[in-house]
Amino acid sequence: MKVREFAEQLNMEILTGQKGLEKDVMGMYICDLLSWVMSHASKGDAWITVHTHVNIVAVALLVDIPCIIIPEGIVVEEATLNKASEEDIAILRTSKTAYQIAYEAGKLL
Amino acid sequence: MTYGIIRKDFVIPANDFTIAGEASSCVKKMLIQLGVDPQKVKKTAISMYEAEINAVIHANGGIAEVEIDRNKILIRIKDDGPGIPDLELAMQEGYTTAPDSIREMGFGAGMGLPNMRRYADKLEIRTEVGKGTIVEITVFLTDN
Repeated sequence: MKVREFAEQLNMEILTGQKGLEKDVMGMYICDLLSWVMSHASKGDAWITVHTHVNIVAVALLVDIPCIIIPEGIVVEEATLNKASEEDIAILRTSKTAYQIAYEAGKLL
Repeated sequence: MTYGIIRKDFVIPANDFTIAGEASSCVKKMLIQLGVDPQKVKKTAISMYEAEINAVIHANGGIAEVEIDRNKILIRIKDDGPGIPDLELAMQEGYTTAPDSIREMGFGAGMGLPNMRRYADKLEIRTEVGKGTIVEITVFLTDN
């Protein structure tokens, strides 16, 4: 499923540019330890994290994560959004918790 | 895959998390362009990123020298930081000396060096307290 459709289906806010929305979402990964994410997330995973600093984009790029999901309406730094748009990584946001997002995503993916 | 040797150096800036990861992202893109096997690209990118982040967190930055030839990718990360007093301890998963401010960013979980060991085909670390650390990561591109 494309990031665009995934975001729409889960009613998530798209915080970054259009180009990042055409990649495929194939699974999901939830973790806030960046080293752990790098070694355990898979290519194509949508990644839920509470971190909002610019290095989440670097991690997503290294692992081929198409989109980062920020739960519970957390505010994301402008620098992070700019970097993500530049690198075609989508950042999505929702007021839901990681559990609620994963539960709904599980029915779609 | 090209037969020449490609060399590229990067500066790893001190305490700047906004740029940390740029060098590894750039190397990843280079390797993809060269047609390197995706699994080897991943191994290189993860181990280099960990070394790069370590240099930022612990050593006021440093430099990364990258050499790619037909047989291997060699990444050398050098810093003039405080060095590692007990390397064996530092290699243990979960051991960390990172301050809370770094841990709150999701770094400093004591997984950097273990991740490098896991993903590099060869990992060499030369360190001297008060002088600095050189981390050499090799990923082989051929089987022999």
